Amino acid sequence: MTDKTSRRNFLKMGAAGASVLPFLRAMPAAAQGSDTLVVVTGTTINSLDLHRSGTSRAAYQVGINCYDRLLSFGTKQTADGGFSYDYTVIEPELAESWTESEDGLTLTFKLKPNATFWDGRKVTAADVKWSFDRAVSVGGFPTVQMKAGGLERPDQFEAVDDETFVIKLDRASKLTIPDLAVPVPYIINSVEAAANATEADPWATEYLHMTPAGSGAYKVARWTPGEQLVYERNEDWVGGPLPALKRVVIREVPSPATRRALVERGDVQVAFDIPDKDAAELADKIDVFSTPVENCIHCLCPNFTFEPFQDANVRKAIAYAIPYEDIFQAAAYGRGLPMWGGEEEINDIAWPRKTQYYTDIEKAKELMAASAYADGFDVPLSISLDLASWMEPTALLVQEALGKIGINATIEKIPGANWRTAVLVEKRLPLHLENFGGWLNTPDYYFFWAYQDGHLFNSSNYRNEEIEELTNATLHMPMDDPEYAPKIKRMFEIVLDELPRIPLYQPALNVAMNGAQGYEFWFHRQLDIRPITLT
Amino acid sequence: MLASTPRLRATLLRIAQSIPVVIGVVVISFLLTRALPGDPAVYFAGVAADTASIEQTRVAMGLDKPLVQQFFIYVGDLLQGDLGQSLSSGRSVAEDLAKRLPASLELTLTALLLAIAIAVPLGVLAATRPGTWVDHLCRVVVTAGVSLPTFFTGILLIYIFYYLLGIAPSPLGRLDFIYLDPDHVTGCYLIDAALMGDWETWRGAAKQLILPASTLALFTLAPVARMTRAAMLTALSSDFIRTARASGLSNQTILYRYAFRNALLPVVTTLGMVFSFALGANVLVEKVFAWPGIGSYAVEALVVSDYAAVQGFVLAMALLFVALNLVIDLLYTAIDPRIGFSSK
Repeated sequence: MTDKTSRRNFLKMGAAGASVLPFLRAMPAAAQGSDTLVVVTGTTINSLDLHRSGTSRAAYQVGINCYDRLLSFGTKQTADGGFSYDYTVIEPELAESWTESEDGLTLTFKLKPNATFWDGRKVTAADVKWSFDRAVSVGGFPTVQMKAGGLERPDQFEAVDDETFVIKLDRASKLTIPDLAVPVPYIINSVEAAANATEADPWATEYLHMTPAGSGAYKVARWTPGEQLVYERNEDWVGGPLPALKRVVIREVPSPATRRALVERGDVQVAFDIPDKDAAELADKIDVFSTPVENCIHCLCPNFTFEPFQDANVRKAIAYAIPYEDIFQAAAYGRGLPMWGGEEEINDIAWPRKTQYYTDIEKAKELMAASAYADGFDVPLSISLDLASWMEPTALLVQEALGKIGINATIEKIPGANWRTAVLVEKRLPLHLENFGGWLNTPDYYFFWAYQDGHLFNSSNYRNEEIEELTNATLHMPMDDPEYAPKIKRMFEIVLDELPRIPLYQPALNVAMNGAQGYEFWFHRQLDIRPITLT
Repeated sequence: MLASTPRLRATLLRIAQSIPVVIGVVVISFLLTRALPGDPAVYFAGVAADTASIEQTRVAMGLDKPLVQQFFIYVGDLLQGDLGQSLSSGRSVAEDLAKRLPASLELTLTALLLAIAIAVPLGVLAATRPGTWVDHLCRVVVTAGVSLPTFFTGILLIYIFYYLLGIAPSPLGRLDFIYLDPDHVTGCYLIDAALMGDWETWRGAAKQLILPASTLALFTLAPVARMTRAAMLTALSSDFIRTARASGLSNQTILYRYAFRNALLPVVTTLGMVFSFALGANVLVEKVFAWPGIGSYAVEALVVSDYAAVQGFVLAMALLFVALNLVIDLLYTAIDPRIGFSSK
């Protein structure tokens, strides 16, 4: 009627503008399609080849989603309604079936006859042999992990025919089969890799670093380190049920606040590995899965090379002085599981287990008085700046509590780059926080790494002859062996009495989801995208 | 020929003078990274590595060789244009820098242009009308700009414009995942997308740029506005302006031809400084907005003692500053003809 700007017209314009806005916001969501998932994470994928030295933890997910192993683990429901892998159930992935010889020394695998690599070539036992040879030969982490399952030399592996693969063991071990289902022993397209290998680089580490060559559920469509990785579904996958999602975008967002805003608004469907604080606060609004990390304990470690800690009364006094509940709330926001206030008598072989210690300052004082250090002493309490989110509040509370029993602790913050050298290699920190977690979920495996003398995660320089002997005896023993449980119980008893590591709590891995479901927790603490669907 | 073009000769001389600086940077960055605490072999050997595998990693990384030998290997590679292999990103450092430096430059330059567009007029207005509301506004903006840390402003802007209002796009780095990167020409998405004529992507990149650039602009406009105001005040109170006024020149001419041009020198100096520190200091903005820039790259490399990456970063920055100083010096001569190269 009139094109004069009146107040009415102005308001109309405003209303029209406002009504357009929601559509603008919805556009990216519509454009991404119904079978694309967006995941944000704070860590960098720095290689597409797990076997390469220097590959970051975050990069393990490529090994999981893009490659197949012979075997995989089953799935179980967790207490909070989520899913977790099931250590006790072994399922086939590339293997169709497998048999174990009478003495347990020969494992024979039949490969799925219809399994193909992405380039269409059939997966053969020769590929498996090449991949296993590679894992035990390249050195570094993959070789160590293979060794844990008794897989040490290429001559242990044999490709009998195209579909039959045989592993010969030096000794039978209950860890071998589970070790075949961890991310490391994945099957590489050996023909493609060999074509790109050089004399100086016989295992094609440079090629596979940038170009995965596998048979797994997803292929890598794009990879920009420091920014994003895009997975695309392999339509011919036979390792399991075909995943629901066609495309998965993994975006790297370093700031936790930004990750939280993104998942809360629903612009991304998964925020992987979010801080405990965000998990606690988001839990009412969207789906948050906080799964206690299996076989992992956050500990306070008194080092036996530091003289006062050789006194058992001092170590026990510390165990009674620690304000466990406060630490669990301040450092973990209640995500995870408490590790204190349990029964002293050991009736089961579940690990991690609650210790018999609890906060009792009077008892701690008595124990200190009974020790050779009744007047107290000074000690540095070391933490890693990289892990400050849980270590800093924990250390402050421990410091305060130790002050009450006459131990004057000064907090020493060590930069992330030095931390591993100082705590694990040189093992020189008198009192420190530590958080080892074992991939293979058996107590003996934890003891092997954390309580045996000289082993990497035994940062307290602990040595006990009986523990040495019992750990060696139980490490490869089947768990249903009648001797197994009594030995394990005895091991628990010793280390919980001698306390080279004082358990604080079992941490959780937090994953927030908004618009997706089917998340499954894995011991490797990386996202397995294969079972995830959009809601 | 060189004698006939003094400016070209002077420029070449300046570039020649920067060679010792670059050599010094190479030596110092090499020594400093080695002096960093921490053992990269332990870090990169992985979570469950034992002593033997750490030693294998050390040999593979060439860290078992004596320091002098490592240095000569490094310099030899450098002369062939090889900056080494970054361990944390798994790619060659040159490739990383080529990818990340433009990202940082694009962000910093946009922020700086934004800051200039706001700060210079604001400073001029504040100087010409001291004590009025414009002056007070200038003061408030400047104080807020310097006192609010960038990560705070960044998170605040995300909270308001993305989380609450939903106007801003997801803070997911340089481009939303629905777009494809434009073909690499300069590495600056806005320029590359414009060159391709892909305006859809251009708009996508520009949208992503607004919030981080505003955050950084808020921080950088403070010194620029302050310096503009102070320099303008000095210029306006000087004798030649009084003379100009007495001669009856128009206000406009006095302000822009005489006062502003004279005030421009310190402003350009400040701009150079602001640009250099913003390029390094926007690491916090990069973290908050998931911006794959050079600042966060360097910090991450430092944390894990990724020698090659740190050295490459320092070297790239050194070269950039040498170039920047040269450009600023050339700008001086353009702005103020009294400054010549001959005197140096």
